[in-house]
Amino acid sequence: MTKHVVGTIDEVAPGMSKLVEVKGREIGVFNVNGSFYALANRCPHGGGSLCKGVVTGLALSDRPGDYKLVRMGEFLRCPWHGWEFEIKTGQSYCDPKSTRVRQFNVSVEAGEELVKGPYVAESFAVAVERNYIVVDL
Amino acid sequence: MILPRPGAIDCDLHLPLPPTRALLPRLNDFWREQLTTRYIDRTNFQLQSYPVNSPIATRADWAASREGETPLEKLRREALDPFGTRIAVCSMLHGAIALFNEDMNAAIVSAVNDFVAAEWLDREPRLRGSILVTGQSAAHSVAEIERLAHDKRFVQVLLPVMSDFLPGKRQMWPIYAAAQKHGLAIGLHAGSTYRNSPTGSGWGSYQVEDYIGMSTAFENAIVSFIAEGVFNEFPDLRLVCLESGFTFVPTLLWRINKEWRGVRAEVPWIDRPPAEIVKERVRFTLQPVDAPRDPKALAKVIEHMGNDDFLLFSTDYPHGHFEGVDCLPEGLPDSLIRKILVDNPLAAYPRLAQELAREAAALEKAR
Repeated sequence: MTKHVVGTIDEVAPGMSKLVEVKGREIGVFNVNGSFYALANRCPHGGGSLCKGVVTGLALSDRPGDYKLVRMGEFLRCPWHGWEFEIKTGQSYCDPKSTRVRQFNVSVEAGEELVKGPYVAESFAVAVERNYIVVDL
Repeated sequence: MILPRPGAIDCDLHLPLPPTRALLPRLNDFWREQLTTRYIDRTNFQLQSYPVNSPIATRADWAASREGETPLEKLRREALDPFGTRIAVCSMLHGAIALFNEDMNAAIVSAVNDFVAAEWLDREPRLRGSILVTGQSAAHSVAEIERLAHDKRFVQVLLPVMSDFLPGKRQMWPIYAAAQKHGLAIGLHAGSTYRNSPTGSGWGSYQVEDYIGMSTAFENAIVSFIAEGVFNEFPDLRLVCLESGFTFVPTLLWRINKEWRGVRAEVPWIDRPPAEIVKERVRFTLQPVDAPRDPKALAKVIEHMGNDDFLLFSTDYPHGHFEGVDCLPEGLPDSLIRKILVDNPLAAYPRLAQELAREAAALEKAR
């Protein structure tokens, strides 16, 4: 596993995401309430660009005609067929056992530590005083 | 193939419509006067789904009565005795349900139900009835269910599969609440009040189009029940699709599960794959069997349906789907035949199950 620096944390505010490429793979980095998650930009259902989908909540109901949207910002809806995935786990909401989007380890590391290496910064230099999003791949 | 043993429960058997004048004694003075002075008693109230004398309305050898034979004797000779039927759930789909005057509609429908009880159920202990109701008025329908629910020989509430609106809609829910309360299944029967065209693109030219389109109507009805959340709201309710055919079921199950995954948020009360709900709550009568004669083809359909509980034995008398008493299609596994003939009907109709349990308990006590 190699650490890949993919961006600074202030580039991806809570509720936002960034699509990056690491070793030729497209990966979406998401900030959900201050925690970072990295998912393959490929829906396990039909292969759509999952990470370009809408970040939303989970629609639940106690009975017909009752509607609730909970856990706002924790789910990703694929732009192709609308399948919903929990960003935190990569699990499909409808088929959690057998449909899961690939996840990558992601961490936030201080530039001060990163400059000691080894790491791969794809397109920019790391400054000691900033915090970075790092994907292991 | 023929039935392997007597004692089956026939879940779709049709009673002949009485002449309307035979209903007059069961109407109050007002409606009797209306029907006679307006010559409505000369109308036969046959629904257009089965035009009188059309070849599919009655099997050729079941068309004529014998000299001096009553309708009940004819039914015993043709539909009950030859099959060794233990119980037959019968229906009388009467055209009064299509009357726009909902009060006249309700009055005639009540007379029909009373006629069925007095002229058929009272005289033939193997028959069980269906409470015919009009889908256009939930209030009248609920009143009719409440009026007759004490008579345990009625085991389901009967509606045509196509009516003014899709059957899962909330204005129908009082009917389902009443049915659930009294342990009655909801029976949707092939047919329409023809208020709306039987296809989504207007009227066909030929009866065959209506007839084949019925399976689409059943798919629409099942999806409506699921999407509207009828089964969530009424956890004990069973839906029986009568004369629906069943070979469309596998593709329906595949499709509703697939689409649910994409648009689930629209109907968030559906919190599991909808095919599971269909498997638990919806049943289909056996005849007509719309499968090729090759038994392997039917076996494949059954396998794709993926649920031994789905099918309920039916002859669909007097419609002609088989010759003689050859009422089971080739290709059904033995274990499934046992379930189709007795176990599944009992599970679909709580009142039948209770009745047989009471009988069994009485027998046990007598020993």
